[in-house]
Parts: sequence; C-alpha cells; structure tokens
Amino acid sequence: MNAIALAPSESPAAGSVALGHVARPGLDLSHGVVLYLDDVHVSFDGFKALDGLSLAIEAGELRCVIGPNGAGKTTMMDVVTGRTRPDSGRAFFGQTIDLTRLSEAEIAQAGIGRKFQQPTVFERLTVFENLELALKGDRRVRRTLFARLDGQARDRIAQTLERVRLLGDADRIAGTLSHGQKQWLEIGMLLVQEPKLLLLDEPVAGMTDEETERTAELLVSLAGAHSLVVVEHDMAFVARIARRVTVLHEGRVLAEGPMAQVQADPRVIEVYLGR
Amino acid sequence: MRAFLLAFLVVAVPARALDEGAVHRLVFGDADERSQAIAALVAEGDPRAATLLRALAEGEVATAGRRILLVKGETVADALTGEALASPPEAREEVVANNRLRREIEAALAALQLVSPARDARLAAARALAGGADETLRPLVRRALAEETDPEVRALLELAAASLELRGGDRQARLSAIRTLGASASPQARTLLAALLETRSDGGFAEPDPEVRAAAQAALRAVEARLAWGEFAGLAFAGLSLGSILLLAALGLAITYGVMGVINMAHGEMIMVGAYATYVVQSLFRAHAPEAFGAYLAFAVPAAFAAAALLGMALERGVIRRLYGRPLETLLATWGLSLILMQAVRTLFGAQNVQVEAPAWLAGGVELFAGVVLPWNRIAIVAFAAAVLGGTWLLLARTRLGLFVRGVTQNRDMAACLGVPTARVDTLAFGLGSGIAGLAGCALTQIGNVGPDLGQAYIVDSFMVVVFGGVGQLAGTVVAALALGFVNKLLEAWSGAVIAKIAVLVFVIFFIQRRPQGLFALKGRAAQG
Amino acid sequence: MRRLYGPAGWTALGASAALLFVAVPLLSLAVPPGSAFHLSQYWVTLLGKIMCYAIVALAMDLVWGYAGILSLGQGLFFALGGYAMGMYLMRQIGREGQYQSDLPDFMVFLDWQAFPWHWWNTDQFWWCALLAVGVPGLLAFVFGYFAFRSRVKGVYFSIITQALTYAAMLLFFRNETGFGGNNGFTDFKRILGYPIATAETRVALVVATGAALLGTLLLARWLVTSRFGRVLAAIRDAETRVAFCGYHTLHYKLFVFTLAAMICGLAGALYVPQVGIINPSEMSPANSIEIAIWVAVGGRGTLVGAIVGAGLVNGAKSFFTQAFPEFWLYFLGLLFIAVTLFLPRGVVGLFARRGAGAA
Repeated sequence: MNAIALAPSESPAAGSVALGHVARPGLDLSHGVVLYLDDVHVSFDGFKALDGLSLAIEAGELRCVIGPNGAGKTTMMDVVTGRTRPDSGRAFFGQTIDLTRLSEAEIAQAGIGRKFQQPTVFERLTVFENLELALKGDRRVRRTLFARLDGQARDRIAQTLERVRLLGDADRIAGTLSHGQKQWLEIGMLLVQEPKLLLLDEPVAGMTDEETERTAELLVSLAGAHSLVVVEHDMAFVARIARRVTVLHEGRVLAEGPMAQVQADPRVIEVYLGR
Repeated sequence: MRAFLLAFLVVAVPARALDEGAVHRLVFGDADERSQAIAALVAEGDPRAATLLRALAEGEVATAGRRILLVKGETVADALTGEALASPPEAREEVVANNRLRREIEAALAALQLVSPARDARLAAARALAGGADETLRPLVRRALAEETDPEVRALLELAAASLELRGGDRQARLSAIRTLGASASPQARTLLAALLETRSDGGFAEPDPEVRAAAQAALRAVEARLAWGEFAGLAFAGLSLGSILLLAALGLAITYGVMGVINMAHGEMIMVGAYATYVVQSLFRAHAPEAFGAYLAFAVPAAFAAAALLGMALERGVIRRLYGRPLETLLATWGLSLILMQAVRTLFGAQNVQVEAPAWLAGGVELFAGVVLPWNRIAIVAFAAAVLGGTWLLLARTRLGLFVRGVTQNRDMAACLGVPTARVDTLAFGLGSGIAGLAGCALTQIGNVGPDLGQAYIVDSFMVVVFGGVGQLAGTVVAALALGFVNKLLEAWSGAVIAKIAVLVFVIFFIQRRPQGLFALKGRAAQG
Repeated sequence: MRRLYGPAGWTALGASAALLFVAVPLLSLAVPPGSAFHLSQYWVTLLGKIMCYAIVALAMDLVWGYAGILSLGQGLFFALGGYAMGMYLMRQIGREGQYQSDLPDFMVFLDWQAFPWHWWNTDQFWWCALLAVGVPGLLAFVFGYFAFRSRVKGVYFSIITQALTYAAMLLFFRNETGFGGNNGFTDFKRILGYPIATAETRVALVVATGAALLGTLLLARWLVTSRFGRVLAAIRDAETRVAFCGYHTLHYKLFVFTLAAMICGLAGALYVPQVGIINPSEMSPANSIEIAIWVAVGGRGTLVGAIVGAGLVNGAKSFFTQAFPEFWLYFLGLLFIAVTLFLPRGVVGLFARRGAGAA
C-alpha cells in the first residue's frame, strides 16, 4: 500500500493543540477507499481486542460487520472514531487523514459520524435542540456563543425531523422518547452532521419490525452518497441491507464477501455454531 | 517519702561506713574542699553517699558539734552509719548549701545513678555521661564498667570511659579509645571525634598528634556511615508507620469506591466513630475493671469495627442506596452526614479532644541504634495494618462475599445478571469498608488524641491514596499508601511538613494526568466508560 | 437578539435593581437610625455578604448545574480574589499600622525588609482588581486544562479540586507565603482613599456588589441561552456523544470552568472589604462543598435558583449561628441529605414547569 504517503508536515493534527481551528485537507477519495485499516492491534491487559485487523471500505459502500461477542466490533469503531488509540497499525480516512493522530472531535469534524450501541442522545434537551447541536457547522466556543439559526438551518432540521419521523415531537425533551424513537433521533443527529462515513452500532436493537424495516430503507437510501459501516446481530436485517459482509473473529477478519457466500463459509459456521 | 527513706536506711546499710574524712570535709570544709569531698564520695559509689548528698541539697543535714546528722522531720539519723538516733541532740545547726554546691551535688547524684540498682536509672545516667564525663567521675565510671552487666548500659559506659581516656590517657589509651568510639553509632561519639579534628583559629590542629588525627578521621567516617543508616532506618520506619495509617484509612474507602463508585465523604467520620468507640471501651475498663485495663484493646478493636460497620450499613441503606447512579449527589449527601456525625460527637463527648490511654504494654520502644527508637505503639500499628490487610485479602479472595464484591466491582450489571444479590453486596461491602475505617480509628487512638475533627485530618490523604492506587486492586491501595507515606516523610525531613504535604498533593494531581485510572489500572472497556 | 427573559423576568430584574440601587441607600443613609425603616449596618453588611455568595453560587451553577462538573475548588477561587483585594487594602493602611511601617504589620513582625515579589504594584487598585479575577482564572485554566485533557471527571474531579483547595489552604497558612499566615489580612482602614467602615462606603460597596450580581446573572443567562449553553448541557448529559458530534469538549469545559473561577474571584474581591477580613480558613474544603449545597437547595441549572439558594442557606446560617449555634451543623447536614434525597430540583424546581437546562 505504498500509495498512501503522508509526510509529517502534512499531518492534519500538527498544531491542533490550542483552542484554535485547524485547517485540514479535505477528504481525498481518489482511490475509491474511504476507510482503510491496516494490521491494527489493540490489547487491554493482555486481552487482544484487535489482533491485526485489516479492512478497506469503498466510498459509497454499505458494509455490514458481524461477529460473535468479543470479536472486536466495538473496539474497531473505537479506533476509527479516536476513542481508542491502537497499539500498532494504521487507520486512514480517505487517502490522507491519519485517524490515529486525531481527537474524537477532530475525527467527527473530518466527516465520520457514529451511532452508539446504546442510543445516546442529550436527554435533557429537546429533540430540536439535539439536532441543532449536531448540525454541521462551526464548532468553536466563540462561534457557539453568538450562533443563531438561520432559515436554511431550520429547514435542514425540519427535513431531518420528517425523515426520522419526529416532526411532531420537535419540542419534546429527548429523555421522554421511546427507545426506538431515541434510535431514530440519534440517526437524525448523524444525518444533520453530514458525515461522509457513518458507523452504526446495532442501529435496530430494540426497534419494532416496522421501525426496523424503515431503518433498513433509510440506510439503503443513504448508501452511495455516504459510506456506511453497520454492526448488527440481527441476521435478517443484515441480509436485507448488506451487499458485502465482513465477519470478525478474535480481533481479525475471518471472512468477507456477499452475504450468501459468507453464510456458507464453514469457518463462519464453526465460529457461530461450533464449540 | 519518709517511709521510703527509712526503708532505704534499714535495708541498704552496708557493713562499712562512709569515708568519714570526706563527709567531714563536705560538711565543714570550704568550697574547694567540699568539691573534692563530693568527688571522693562519688568515687566510692556508695548508695548512702547519694542519700547524704540529696539531704544536703535539700537542707536536711545538720551538725551537733562534730557529729553529722540527717534530719528528716522527726527522724534524726547519723550520717556516717545511717543509724537512727533514739535521743537526738537538741542543739543542732543546719548545714547550708549554696547554689554552686547544689549544682555539683546534682551532677554527682546523676553520676551516682550509674551504680543504682534500677536498670533504667543506670541507663539514663550512662546516656548523660556518654557525651563526655568529667574527670572527677573517672573512678566511678571505671567501677560502674566493672560491675555493669546490661549490654546497652555497658556500651554507653564504654563511650564515657573512652571520652575520659581521650582527654586524659596516654597515647595508646587514646588510640584505643578512638577505636571504641569508632565502633559505636552514637551522635555523642561523632561529636567527640569531630572535636579531635577541629582546627584552631591559628590554622593548626587542635590535636597535635597526626596518628591520633588519622585514627579519629577513620573512626569518624565509620560512625557517620552508621549514623546515616540509623537516620535512614528511622525515616523509613516513620514512612512505614505513616503508610500503615494511610493504608488503614484508605482501605475501606477503596472498597466502597470500588464496589459502588461513590465517594463516601463521611468515611473520615467512620474513622472518628471507631476512635470514640475505643475511647468508650477504654473508659468502661478504667471505671469498672481497672485490673484488666491492659486488655481493653481486645474489646475495643471489635467494638470499633462493629460501631463503624453498623453505622456504614445504616448509611448505605438509608441514604446511598436511594442515590444510586448519582455519584455527585451521593458525595454531597455523605458530606452532610459527616457534618451531623461530627456535631453529634461534639454534643455527646464535648468539643474538646479526649485522651485514650495506651495500655502499658504499648509504652516504650525498641532502640534500633543510639537515637533511633521505634515506639511499640507504632510497631503495633504497622502489624495491625498488616493483619487488617491480610484479613481483608482473605475475605475478598477466599469467601463468597469477596467473590461477589469483586464481581460487582468489575461489572455490576453482569454480576446482577448472574444472580449476585447486588443490593446485599452493596450493604455488606459498605459495612466492611466502614468497619475497616473504624479499625483505623481504633489504631489512631494509640498515637494521638481523639477529637471530633479526627476524620477530617485523614480524609483528603485517604482520597489521594485511592486516586493514586486506582480502584479494584488491593495491591494498588497498599503500594499507594506506603509510597505516599514514604514520600511524605522523606520530603518532610527535607523541607518541612506543610511543604511535604503540598508537594505530595501536587504530585498526585499531576500523576493522574498521566494515569487517570491510578497505578494499577484496569485497562479496557470497563475502565473507559 | 435572542430573548434573555420574558416581560415578567425583566420586571423582576428591574424591581430588584430599584430596591438595591435606590431603596437600600435611602433606607440606610437618609432614614435616621431611630426610625423603624432604618436599615442598620448589620443588615447592609449581611445583604452585601449574601450577594457575594450569590455571585459564587451563580458561578457554581454554571459549572455544576449546566456543565455537570462538581468543582470543590470554587471556595479557593473566591478566597484568591479576596486575597488579591486584601493586598490592596493592606497597602491602603499605609503607615497607620501598629509598627508605623510601609510594610504590613505581619511582615514587620516576620522581620521582612521589603515586599516580596508577588506584592508588586499591589498599591494600585486596578492591578489588584486584575489579580482578583486573573489569578483564579489562570489557576483554573491551567488546572482545568490538565484535568480535562486527561478526562478526569465526576467524583474524581471533585476530590482532585478538593485536594487542590486543601493544598492551597496549607500553603496560605504558612507565614513564609507572604499572606499573613493564620491571621490573614484584617484591620483595613481605607478603600480608594475612603474610610472603609463608614455607612456611606458600606452602602457603596453593597450597591457595587448588587450591580456585579445582576451583571453576572445577565451574563450567565446570556451564556446558557446561547448554543454554547446547550453544548454545556449536552456535555453534562452525554459527553462522549458531544465529542462524536465534533465538539472539543475540553474547550467548552475549560471555558466555563475558567469563567466561573473569575466570577468567584470577583465575588471574593467584593466580599473582603465588606467583612473586613480574609484568612486561609476561607479556603477550607468545607466552604467549597457548602457552595454546592446553596445551588442544590435553590435548584441546579436555573441560575435564579442559585441566588435563591445562596440567600436561603446563608440567611438560615445567620439565624442559627445567632439563635442556636450548636444546631447549625445538624441543620446544614440534614439539608445536604434532604435536598439530595427529596428535592433534586431544588426550591425553584417546586415552582418551575419545565426541566432544568432548558428553562
């Protein structure tokens, strides 16, 4: 992979210490790869959460990641979003953005959005305020002090509310929403953030069948303009949306390919059914 | 006093009488003659000489003609023989001692303790003389050395003898004295040897003999090395002692914080409750069973544990449980409780400090080197802390409750799913942590006064131990407590107590920049939460 | 311009301002002392003190009520502001001290020959005023930067700030630190050239404190109604989520922590000339925790609750310490427990219609 050459002077993290804003190169998708992990190792007290994980997500792809508990799915997301620093290995967003050098906030600003396993919304703010905070815009302290919502931004929020079917609940306190609604709100927050890459950890957990179906539709419609990585246990849901599926096991990629091919792979069957 | 004196006179009358000439010079002579007489009496080392000298200093010696009498109230005795007189002469003249004489008598009496039958008295006298004895005491020191059997007193007497030889002996005797001094580890020996190496104002050496100087130099080096070790050992012990106290204070906090993730601001007051429980037990023993006073600690330890543990469990049931998942509110509520407990103790026992008397067997100490004494109460606290630590470890590692506690510490939800009764575990763990704090309070009564603010003095330090050591690992708490104890004492010796405390706090604050989860952090998903 | 308050709110604010700036001076200066309407010096000073506490409570509400950071160092920042003003007041004594020296009495007593370096320029009011807000702000900025950067939060942050306060108290207890040791600063004579104990000066100080309180309230209100305020509330509820939305939470927490420290310093600077003394016991950890209970009693995340709480608790304290001194700590302790258990939204929460943070 000698195509990825990053001189230290181009490091997007250089000088990003102070309160100021850092100009960074935009996302470079020239080789069609939006996320690239190479031989990533992470261990916690001897437990190897990731053990040489390598993965490449194409721009516009919708990739499903499955695997038994402890396979490293959440740790992989932690590495991509800057929550966990890998012990070794490389993680690049596009061709130029080295994720291992950026903070969580910088990675989010660069265009990676993440939905947590547990729906995480701002419980004591209204639905509208939740979206307002997530709305793509200047994140500096000074700007938020004087920030005002213009008509365009209001329209954007209204559109998203409609899309996640929360238009009637805009002024409700988010903590009072149902579990499924919180999931939707979080997806809505991802959408207004306008990320290039979305990481979704079990997006349909706790949803009704109907909600699950709508989520599937939504995710499929997002693919193309966005790249998505979906971690999910619900195999029916995975089969419904997936084009390519990656199976993780013990911190490594066990198998990768179309759903049918992966399901037929004896190693995968062994991991899921064996022992 | 009179009975004692009479008994003394009766029991201690030796066959031989005192040197009559010396006694006469003491009573009738001029100032110089009196000094010589004192030296002569001291050299004899006769206990009756001490009686006579003390009587003289207190104005209890009288004369009737040439006869010398000891007058003690109504009892009159012959000073030479010590025999009580049935019909004392009426015409008596009191012998007046001036200040100079009194000073000399005092010194002589101190020296005479060298031949006292009581070991402690001999030890004290020998220690006073070890730094350099007066020439007049040479015969007494010789005699005492010949008779002394106690090794500790002997060592001090040898120092005293060496100091005498150093001044008055021939070359061979002086060199041998230097060797004796060089084998000791006392500050007095250092002073004596250093004096030999001093230079006079004209640039020459105070000691003209180069060989003596060289020997003194070598001996001084040896003594200083030994003294440095002694100092270090003393410092290390002080650090160990402080570390043990911190460990006792912080161990319970580490358990409750580990299990429930809440900071119990009333933890210091659990220590205080344990201390007051000890005080109550001690007072009961003093009032009702003074003959068994030495054993009161055997009852105080369980009482302190029980009092604090019950209070802790009540606190957990009554307050902390209702604030589950709101650690900041828990902090405030427990702080409120600590205010109430402190004020309650002020109401019950008064705002003044109370004193807990240590049992006799904890008094005194072991002398490691000259000047480095390890008090028994401190040694006992170190041992006690080790025992509490061992007990806690056994409880956590070997019992079902311990298994539950460890399980809840690591993953509360998972433990609950597996059927661990987390509510009961919380209560019991809180009781255990509080009980250990009570034990800490019991230990603290042995080294200081007990007051309503006792807990406040330890709470910040306990927090620092927990922060430094990390949660969920006994080893972390132990290492952190000992390390903070040592560092504190080392810095204290170097820069004073307040600066040491500030430095340790600043150190811990910076330490958690590097390792927010403490020394022995559980890395991983659970710890990142 | 977004709305800070509705018409009712502005009316209440205006009425408070009128009371403070017109009624208080009139009642204490123009009404003769014999009259039933006369406001005695005791009440003027008590009012001034409580308003200083209310400013501190507002700062605490910003960091704790809105950003969810329970700082137990606010008392330290308050005392630092007080010490900065105290240095100026000590310089104003001039040669009227016991030893008739240019140096304060405690320095003469310690046999110092000159002012230590940190007393440089402290005879200038503007410099001390700058120190009063600058030093707490700088300390909070540096300390907060390190603490927030290494993600110290929750009770960990609380006890670390408590340790900081405790360490500072020990430091100020030392004579060598140059702040008068145990006794601190007292026996002030003048402020800005005016005698400090006269009724006129006291009223002027109370009016200044009232202006500072109203100003702080408006500033805080402006902050929390901005998007910045919503980011703070979001950090309180789900900090990781805020980071994944692209906000540098460090910057937000640091900003509000530093600002709150500066507000506390301002309150301390107003407090010292009114009570006439500052000593290290102001830095005791207990004081900082008490600040939290003012806010909790009034109601977190409401601003006005902080002012109400500071008034209620300190009013009760004045009453108890005069009438039943031995019961004050029982009352305060019970207050801590009762408010956390039974009144999580405080007194204001009893009347408010909507949840905290959005109010």
